[in-house]
Formats: sequence, C-alpha cells, structure tokens
Amino acid sequence: MPRLSLSFRRVGLPALALAALATISACGDRRSSRADSATALTPSGTRVDLTGAGATFPYPLYSRWFNEYATLTNVRINYQSIGSGGGIRQVVARTVDFGATDVPMTDAELASAGMPVLHIPTVIGAVAITYNLPGLARPLNLSPDVIADIFLGTITRWSDTRIAALNPNVTMPDTDILVVHRADGSGTSYIFSDFLTTVSPSWAAGPGRGKDVRWPVGIGGKGNEGVAGQVKQMPGAIGYLEVVYARQNRLPVVHVRNAAGRFISPMPFEIASAATAVLEADRKLFASDSKGTPDLRVSLVNAPGAQSYPIASFTWMLVAPTAIGPQKSRQLAAFIRWALLENPDVASTLGYVPLPSEAATRIVDRLDATLAAGRPGPP
Amino acid sequence: MQSPLGDRLYRTITTVCAAAIPFVLVLLTAVVVRAAWPALALHAGDLAFGSTWDVPRERFGAVPAIVGTLLSSLIALAIATPLALGVAIFTVDIGPRRLHEPVAFLVNLLAAIPSVVYGLWGVFVLIPLLRNTIMPALLPLGAVMPLFRGPAYGPSLLAASLVLAIMILPYIASVSREVLRAVPPTQREAALALGATRWEVVRDAVLPAARSGLIGGIMLGLGRALGETLAVAMVIGNRHAIPDSLFDPAYTMASLLANEFAEASSDAHLSALMAVAALLLLITLLVNVLARWLVQRVATGLPGSRWT
Repeated sequence: MPRLSLSFRRVGLPALALAALATISACGDRRSSRADSATALTPSGTRVDLTGAGATFPYPLYSRWFNEYATLTNVRINYQSIGSGGGIRQVVARTVDFGATDVPMTDAELASAGMPVLHIPTVIGAVAITYNLPGLARPLNLSPDVIADIFLGTITRWSDTRIAALNPNVTMPDTDILVVHRADGSGTSYIFSDFLTTVSPSWAAGPGRGKDVRWPVGIGGKGNEGVAGQVKQMPGAIGYLEVVYARQNRLPVVHVRNAAGRFISPMPFEIASAATAVLEADRKLFASDSKGTPDLRVSLVNAPGAQSYPIASFTWMLVAPTAIGPQKSRQLAAFIRWALLENPDVASTLGYVPLPSEAATRIVDRLDATLAAGRPGPP
Repeated sequence: MQSPLGDRLYRTITTVCAAAIPFVLVLLTAVVVRAAWPALALHAGDLAFGSTWDVPRERFGAVPAIVGTLLSSLIALAIATPLALGVAIFTVDIGPRRLHEPVAFLVNLLAAIPSVVYGLWGVFVLIPLLRNTIMPALLPLGAVMPLFRGPAYGPSLLAASLVLAIMILPYIASVSREVLRAVPPTQREAALALGATRWEVVRDAVLPAARSGLIGGIMLGLGRALGETLAVAMVIGNRHAIPDSLFDPAYTMASLLANEFAEASSDAHLSALMAVAALLLLITLLVNVLARWLVQRVATGLPGSRWT
C-alpha cells in the first residue's frame, strides 16, 4: 500500500496537475476566440437574468449552452427541467421567460393561452426501438405496420410470419413478445405514439397519440432506465427509448422501414435527414412571401426521403413575446442565434442531433425579423 | 393565583404546535379537493367505478389503481406481520439476551434504507429471482389455484407486495417490540409460576396483553404500504388493469400519481390526478379509523384484556 500511494504521488499528482492545466488553457483558448462575436450580441453592460422551465430531454444540452453563454455575455439563463407539461403550464402562467417542450402545444392550448406562443425548434430527438432476442445474428428489421401491431397486441409471437417476411435468412425464436412501454408521462411516448398514429389506422382509432396513452398490452417501466432495464432482463421483450439513451447504453436497435421503403437505423445523419426532408417538403413554411415566424409545430414522423429515420421529432423552446416584452424577446433571440448557428457542435458532442444548418439559418433569420419588427407572428 | 410567565408561554407554544398539525392537514385536504373538484364534478362515477384510464380520451377510471393499492398493501401486511411479530417476540422474550440488541438494530436499519434502493433491489435482484426461479416453481400450482397463473414476466403484484413487506417490516417490528417490552414483568412471572412454558407465557400472558398495541403497529405498517410510491412504481409493472393473479402487473394510486403528475399538461388530467390523491387520502383516513375501532374493540371486549 505505501509503495502504491508513493508512486501515485510521484506520477499521479503531476499528471493530474498537467491535465488540469491543459484543460484550463484549452478553455481559455476557446473563450477568447469566441468572445468577440458573442459580446456584440448584448450591447448593454448590465447583467440580464432569464428564467426558463420545461422538458427534461434537452436539459443536458441547454444547461451546457446556458453555462457557456453566461461566460461569453452578461446574460444568465436559469433553467429548471420540470417536464414538458410543466414547461407549457409555466409559459402560459407567465411565471417564466421561456418554456421548453418535446410535445407541441395543441391549437386548443394555444387558444386558451390567450397570446401567441412561438415554437422554436432547438434540436432533434428520436425514439429507438430496442429488443432482447439472444442469438439474433443481425439487427432486427421491422416495418411501421408490424411495429404498430406488436404494440397493439395483434402480433404476439416473434415467429409471426409478418416479422419473418421482413427478416429473410434469420430464424426468429418461437417465443412470446413482451411489450415494455413508459409508465410515466413522457415526450418519448408522445413521439412514438405520434409515429404509430401516423402509420396505423387501428392505432389512430385505438390508443392515439399522447404523453400518456392507454397501452393495449405490456408492462410499464419508469423512465428510459426502467424500460431499458426490463427489456435487458427479459428475453423476448421489445420497448422504445429516447435514442441518446439507447446509444449511450449500446442497446440493440430495430432498423425501421421508412416512407421510402428502406430500413433505417437511428443514427444522427438519418435523424437529421428527417428534419431536412420535412422542411423541404413543406416549402410554404419558409416561403418568401409569408411574414413572421412560421408555425414550426411540425411533426417529423414517417418523414419522406430515402435516408430519413421515421421516428424523429423536434424539441422546442416556447417564447411568448407579448408576455415578456421586446427587450427579453430580443435577448432570447440573440441566444437562440448563438446556440443554433455558432455552436451546433455542442449538441453533437452530447449525443443530440443538431438542426440541419440551412434550416437553422432560416429559423433564426425569421425569428430575428419577427422580434425586431415587434410582431408576435403566428404560433 | 396568576400562573408564572413561563407556564403561560409553555402552554401557548404547545397549543400552537398541537394546532399546527390539524391545520396543515385541513389545508392540505382543502387544496387537494379544490384542485380535484372539476374531475370530481365531471368524472366522479368514472373515478369510483370505471376501470379505463385513457388520458387522450379523458377517461379516468381509478378502480384498477384502487384495487392494486389495497391488494398490494394487504398482501404485504400478510407477509410482514408474522415476520415482524416473530422478530419482536424473539428480541423481547425468546432469543438469547445478547442477540436482542443486534437483531433489533438490524431490523431498524431496514427503515433507514431509501425507497429508491428498495426499488433498485427489486428490479435487479427480486424480479430476476421471481421470474427465473420462484414463478416457474409456483406456475404448476396455477392449475388449481388461479392466484399463481402466468404469464410470469417478473414485474407484478407479487413483486410489489414482497418489496412492500420488507419496507414495512421494521415499522411493525419496532412498535411491536416496544409494546411487548411494556408488558409488566409480573405478568410473565405469574404465568411462569403457574407452570407455563416459555411459549405459553408468550402466547397466553404477553401477546393478549399487548394486543391493542400490536394492532396499532400493524396499522402503522399498512398506512405506510398504502402510500409507498417509488419502490412500487419500479416493480409493479404499472398496468391499468385489475390483476387476476399474483403474477400479473398492476398499478397503485401512489405510483400512478408519481408517474403521471410531472408531465400532465391538460387541466382534465391534472384534476383527475388530484382526485386520485383525494381518494388516496380518504382511503388512508378510513384505514386509520378502522384501526382505531379495532384497537378499542380489542382493548375492551376480548378475553386477553383480563390481564391488563
């Protein structure tokens, strides 16, 4: 033992010190290179405090963004990750300067809010389907209708002919399928049920879309970790997870057939492709003659395009310009410009999928135009 | 004679303290009922008798959660009570004296373990054990006893009841221990003098005298089991259906609240959850009233009381 600690003192401590120094200097470099562009964003020298609340999914990214932004400017942003539902409630109640949600507000919610609430996409999320089939040599291929029927309880065994037809040259085990879904209300459930509602008429007529839906079969796990834990433990299980969680835990993921008929795995490029394809297809969103910020509550599920992964969604920041006034609106717009255009790498390093740069530019330009003109614009 | 200032001050402080508890309880009830009011007005019948919980369609039937809450708590009580009484009797009357303190200490330590740790233990130890060993062994019994019919996934009413049983064990055991210790030694000596064996002393002299206190301890355990949230949510399978067998997934009211409250955004959903909270409050109240009634009945009417 003494020898061990001695050697740590000789080698370990200097190494640690060196590493610390290297980190500090690296940070210093980054800061100085970015400081010029960022200080220009906030003309006044007084400290500004903004508060926000909402979705938990983008929380790691937002807190990183807010921390870095605070070192570059005099704007401090305090964010509470209380869940999407809470984010919407707090914006409408005007207790925060902005909200965040994985689930867009419904028209009814917007109408009862009594003021325009802008939905600003910040980053793209996706849902991965994971499974536990020991000895399966290849990734599992599934089509949207088969996924819907598995979660509806119509397909109950892995040896079902429709599953076999999608996976030629693979022997599927003759075991029961156990469905695992989220028990807690969640944006992940919303995206997944939005997908199922879009692709399956019987799902649309049955459970429908929502953060909490009435799952016809299976057991409920609490949180991503609850679903992942139960799928990992039970051979024959299938469940859905937020994609970053699935990737970080190296879980097997289903290759899902997209609208173009190709089996796609949930990788960053394929997820971003869904956003590009949807925004391309919906040209009127950014048509040059329309004024103000477009209504970006668009769903990305079952997106067109050969590369698109079909179970993806934006996550949004919610800003109600009339509630917080022009000054705070402009400060938020400046932050969003910085986060989306100057700093997209942070999202990738944390495992998120940044908005495609062209889409980000359009969104930010429109946002600036809206807020500069003092127009609240459509939702 | 004027009472001294200290006395009056002391009296005021204790009165305020005593009044604070009912005040908080009343306030709490009022807030919960007020928030639950829209759902109670609109969906009262559904909440009390419906068994469909479908948030997008605003169907809020709470019967599966109510049944799951009562079943899991009662099964937990049925498992924990004999164990806890055994521990209490052992550490007061039967076991070797030098083991009394260590055993009691270890049992009390169970009460200090956070709920989430029990949940994790349930997920990673108990559920695999149930699924791979215990449930397959019990499944053949299912042919004659519907309680043990499969499919045996693991997360189930049984898993939740077992976790709850371990969680409430220390409460029942430590109250029982104190109650048994409070039985006067003369009681035991008298029974011994009449030629009773050690077991007969416990059975005929100690337990009957302690009966009302023991019931109080058991009811304390039941109250805790009814309200336990996180550990149950992690192992019960969270399914809105009345379980047919011990192996079926189920739901409890407390875990329903914990699961859905954070992300509930529609007013109807929030209000329905508040109504479930109000129902849970009501059930807890009823259980406590029942406990009071049992304790009084036992303390006055039954043969054991002739020694007290």
